[in-house]
Amino acid sequence: MNHSQELQWIDYLIMIIYFGFVLGIGFLLKSFMKTSSEFLTAARSIPAWVAGLAFLSANLGAQEVIGMAASGAKYGIATSHFYWLGAIPAMVFVGIFMMPFYYGSKAHSVPDYLLLRFDKKTRSLNAMTFALMTIMSSGISMYAMALLIQTLHIFDAPFQMAGLPETWVFHVSIILSALIVLGYIFLGGLTSAIYNEVLQFFLIVAGFAPLVFLGLKNVGGWSGLKAELPTAFVHAWSGMGSPHNNPLGVEWFSLVMGLGFVLSFGYWCTDFLVVQRAMAADSMSAARRTPLIAAVPKMLFPFLVILPGLIALALTRPAQDPPSGLGERSAAKTAEVATVQDSLIAPQVNVETGQVVKDKEGNPVLDYNTVIPRMLLHYFPSGMLGLGLTALLASFMSGMAGNVTAFNTVCTYDIYRAYIRKDGSDQHYFKVARFMTVLGVALSVGAAYFAAAFNNIMDILQLVFAFVNAPLFATFLLGMFWKRTTGHGAFFGLLSGIAAAALHQGLTLPEGSVPGIKGGWIAVVNTYPSEMAQNFWTAIFAWTTCFLVTIIISLATAPRPDNELRGLVYALTERQRDECVAWYQRPVTFGIVVLGLTLLLNIIFF
Amino acid sequence: MGFDIRIPIGYLFTIFGAMLVLFAMVTAKADMYQRSLGININLWWGAVLLIFGLLMIFAARKSQAQTQQARKADRQQGQSPAKSANQ
Repeated sequence: MNHSQELQWIDYLIMIIYFGFVLGIGFLLKSFMKTSSEFLTAARSIPAWVAGLAFLSANLGAQEVIGMAASGAKYGIATSHFYWLGAIPAMVFVGIFMMPFYYGSKAHSVPDYLLLRFDKKTRSLNAMTFALMTIMSSGISMYAMALLIQTLHIFDAPFQMAGLPETWVFHVSIILSALIVLGYIFLGGLTSAIYNEVLQFFLIVAGFAPLVFLGLKNVGGWSGLKAELPTAFVHAWSGMGSPHNNPLGVEWFSLVMGLGFVLSFGYWCTDFLVVQRAMAADSMSAARRTPLIAAVPKMLFPFLVILPGLIALALTRPAQDPPSGLGERSAAKTAEVATVQDSLIAPQVNVETGQVVKDKEGNPVLDYNTVIPRMLLHYFPSGMLGLGLTALLASFMSGMAGNVTAFNTVCTYDIYRAYIRKDGSDQHYFKVARFMTVLGVALSVGAAYFAAAFNNIMDILQLVFAFVNAPLFATFLLGMFWKRTTGHGAFFGLLSGIAAAALHQGLTLPEGSVPGIKGGWIAVVNTYPSEMAQNFWTAIFAWTTCFLVTIIISLATAPRPDNELRGLVYALTERQRDECVAWYQRPVTFGIVVLGLTLLLNIIFF
Repeated sequence: MGFDIRIPIGYLFTIFGAMLVLFAMVTAKADMYQRSLGININLWWGAVLLIFGLLMIFAARKSQAQTQQARKADRQQGQSPAKSANQ
């Protein structure tokens, strides 16, 4: 590899200092942790801007940084739909309309809100699936990180010096990152996780911004990048009329409904991992502003995480043709660029055999997931390289920590206190919470090794959880805004939504796939132009089924009396008055500004 | 709760910034800056981080001083200090 580069002492020193700070924050917070609610919910004392950056950072795990750059290289600027369409509107909605119920009901978790609003069975369904899902995604995050470190040989040198076998790099990466995350959460609870997420946010910006600057300078700025790529890769909307005119292989309706509405609102408005950050805010107004504050940097993140993928593609493309031949690249500069880099987007290599992975036709499969680290190794000299790699590690850890803090809260309050011991003292639950933290990290390590050994089972599990998640937003929307919704309606609506998702996936198939994990395991009734189109339609079917079934069953079952629903349902809750004086602190004004800016970005990159 | 998060952020970035600037001065002529297109990225970005870190510390100190002052003023007027600590 032409860009493999030895790390120098300064790079290691930067990493060590960072991890020192991370654990130091945990130690400093330890003396403030006296009750279970201080440990698990930060005693609702976090200022709005801190909660906001943590809200963003908790989601900024491995999947985000690695995956979005990979999608940038695969699909181009259309990847920004996952931000501007698939995140911002939902973040504004949860802040303005849903936070009054989450925060105002004094629920300590999202499953707890379901208990207050509906009944035990709905709460338990959500709590159990959520707990399993957090463990799985935190395990996958750890596995991805260890695999990346191993594939790129980043830490091989110190292992060679210590005379340890190279295979230990993988194990040490997993164990060490698990211990650091465990350390700071065990000591300082949710507050520690939130504080570290804020630190991670600034570190990620500090590590990646210069990378984008150097990369853009290298390709000749935005205009140079545009000249180098097919037009479909530099426009977000213009090819959305037909699935065959854009790299995502979707059309505008399934994009807006599937991604922009069902999946996006389902995640940002109901996933306890992110909502927990807003629920830890120090006032109702701060809780409502939390997702809005997060939306501002979120809006700009495509420039930080998607652009590196596009730049890598622009510099590599002469060697590899575009995946679907969506337009002709300019002939200019071809020869020159071809010699610059040969491996910013490298073929996937099997870690065990050292062989290049090939597809059915014998072409090498490209490993888009290594785009960001390869760019770091390519552009950064020692010093900045240490900072960039630290930022990458920080993003992996923030994803893991977010999952663990959500897991321990749900396990302690919604599973342990609900089913195992109802009348313990607070000190007892505090101990349980710390135990659940250790359990969460241990299970994550287990899940990481499970993912390494049984990749296919992990894919199936992820699919199952996608089915579970797809209908969720229908339940919350009806629960919060239609007081007639009943517990039975919610529960059976959810179940039938999950079933509809599974059924739809089993009956359809993306083009060019064989029946199996990709779908069509019952029969192939319909073929979609891409896997993404199939996912969006699965979500749309699941949501609609859940929405209709919930309404029908609710009308057939006895409603709850109004006085039990006060503060839980829109019609029976006092409107929020914006008590802050400054106009920019009013959630509604803030939300409109955020939406306006997002619209502007969409127009610029139309 | 606890302490102002701006303080650890400020110190971390001040340390990182100072480290990068010093390292950049020592290695100014090194070949490795060909990677970063001939730009001494350690020097420039290190300086940016250093300034950011110092600003964070300054902002935290300033608001700390303000809270203390408000508390003092409250005590003189005989009000409960807890009230103004939330401001």
